[in-house]
Amino acid sequence: MVPTLIGRIQTRLFLLATVGVVMTLLIMPIVPGTDAPLGDLYVTGLLVLAAVGILGIGWELIYHLLMQFRWEKDWPTSFGLLTLVPEGLLLYFLLRSGAIGFIDPIPSSTFWTHFTVVWVSMWLVANGPMRVPFIRWRFRGGRVL
Amino acid sequence: MAAPRKPAEAGDLTPELLGTPQWTDQMVAAAGIPMYDVPFLTVGGGIGSFVTLDYLRIYGVPTGQMKVVSNIDHPWQTYEFLTRCSQIPRPERIRSDSSSRPDNIWGFPSYGLEEAWKEKNPIYLWQLLTEPILNDYWTPRAGTVFANLEREAKRIRYWDMLVKGQVRMVRKRAGGGYFTVVTPPEGAAPTKRIVFRSRFVHLAIGYPGLKFLPDLQEFRTKYSDYQHVVNAYEPHEQVYEFLKTRPGTVVIRGGGIVASRVLQRLFDDREKYGLKTQIIHIFRTFITGSHGPHIWARRKGGDGWAYQGFNYPKSVWGGQLKAQMRKLEGAERAAKYKEMGGTNTPKRRRWQEQMRAGRAGGYYHAVQGTVDRVEPTPDGRLVSYVRSSDGIIREPVADYIIDCTGLEADIAEHRVFADLLQYGGAYRNPVGRLEVERHFEVKGTASGDGALYASGSATLGGYFPGVDTFLGLQIAAQEIADDLAGRGFVRKMGPLRSTSQWFKWVFNSPV
Repeated sequence: MVPTLIGRIQTRLFLLATVGVVMTLLIMPIVPGTDAPLGDLYVTGLLVLAAVGILGIGWELIYHLLMQFRWEKDWPTSFGLLTLVPEGLLLYFLLRSGAIGFIDPIPSSTFWTHFTVVWVSMWLVANGPMRVPFIRWRFRGGRVL
Repeated sequence: MAAPRKPAEAGDLTPELLGTPQWTDQMVAAAGIPMYDVPFLTVGGGIGSFVTLDYLRIYGVPTGQMKVVSNIDHPWQTYEFLTRCSQIPRPERIRSDSSSRPDNIWGFPSYGLEEAWKEKNPIYLWQLLTEPILNDYWTPRAGTVFANLEREAKRIRYWDMLVKGQVRMVRKRAGGGYFTVVTPPEGAAPTKRIVFRSRFVHLAIGYPGLKFLPDLQEFRTKYSDYQHVVNAYEPHEQVYEFLKTRPGTVVIRGGGIVASRVLQRLFDDREKYGLKTQIIHIFRTFITGSHGPHIWARRKGGDGWAYQGFNYPKSVWGGQLKAQMRKLEGAERAAKYKEMGGTNTPKRRRWQEQMRAGRAGGYYHAVQGTVDRVEPTPDGRLVSYVRSSDGIIREPVADYIIDCTGLEADIAEHRVFADLLQYGGAYRNPVGRLEVERHFEVKGTASGDGALYASGSATLGGYFPGVDTFLGLQIAAQEIADDLAGRGFVRKMGPLRSTSQWFKWVFNSPV
């Protein structure tokens, strides 16, 4: 899928709400580095997804700007995976610094396990299986609506 | 004295029919032409017709509701002929994205995943992951494409819908819909023509024809020499065979993918058989580096070539360029086409190496120039009079000239389009081809509750640019299928049916 700006944002929010939620529910019982009650972990995990969504709108604006320097106005597959690094780091430091007050402090191994599993799952789904139910999605720059 | 007018035999077109834009059922019956009813008819029988039928079959249309009229036996026949001539036999790779699969409307699993699985080759996955940054684009083998098309054609029962014949014209029908006049193969029908009466017609008749560079056409006609000046899209194996027998010189014209392919063949043969072939490559537009009006519209290039992964910038198939073009009309649209257009080829690592070796070894010479004329030399070779923009005149002598420009003839060269422009109400778009709606209905041709659609190369210049590509044909097919759903011909496919149909594709079970 070669995204448009609105398509990028919609795809991100859609995948967070579907793949992200499912993966959070699956991964939280086995994440390392914490002995917090599962209910609290679920709340934290879902709040992290929300933060990825909200910060993501800003990130997508930056990606869209960077994409303009590419003749093809495309976004190679690897970029979708590698952006895990800056996005993860920013969110991690914001959480550590307490800038996002509504999320309780998370041990780093817990955060990175959850974040990476969710990100890679979303990336895998966006690079193929997403097209199975949604046959028009890839021709609309990633718009879901 | 004028020849006496012969009355048309029964079952043939009459002067009355020929001269009337809109026909009635009675007119056709009076001419004695047998008439068959089918709600949806696609004309062409190549990949454009195939993907449209594939979509509609998967949406739920039974085979009895659709026919395809074609003069070829299987949808990939013409494509395979052209790719083979232009040096892509089945084991070689075409220039197409991994997830552009005309046999699979979902594009998943992609060709790359399939070849990696079948050949147990994880390198392909690495290439898919790192394209186009650390690696060339992964592209499928021609053979993979054809084998899968055959599988899908069987699955959707393509041959139950095929009618062999040559389409002569499509005319509007009084009361709605269209008549499609077909000339069946000799002896296949009792009359010279048959007619299909349908509510919907789809035209996917491909390239109207090849066009030669004018100076080469002049040479061929003047000297009746069709052996030494050849088009890369016609069989020209004699060139490579000759070069195996003695050292020779070849002039290549053009800077696109076909030129790259032909060059590769010449370099490969040179290496494989130890040949001494000299290659002179004439670019009309010689690109020396990145080019484009501003930093946000600059394409890479060098050594004569403009570099681009595929025929169009990638975002025409679903990204920003597709979204932008969809909103443009007239001159603005033509300008956008111009901005992203121009002949180009992918920057493949192997080709770069071969050309580097050729330049260093003094057997590959790329020059800028326009050719005024080509003449035979007394010893039966060919001299080209090449004028460069810096005023230098060169007169290279060669044994063969290969035209790799891939120029296309005007759409009116095809009888069906000529007729449609003259009688059907169709007109040209800003780049001179057939003007179609965003849903690929040919503008000006509506007839009652019927609709006439077109896809493929004839519609280049419309709201969607990548029409003459695998994925472009599928995008057109989806627009057409959704429009037909809006007209009540079939139900629009939602996520549930799409998913269940995908499983049927996976297990190769009937739709």
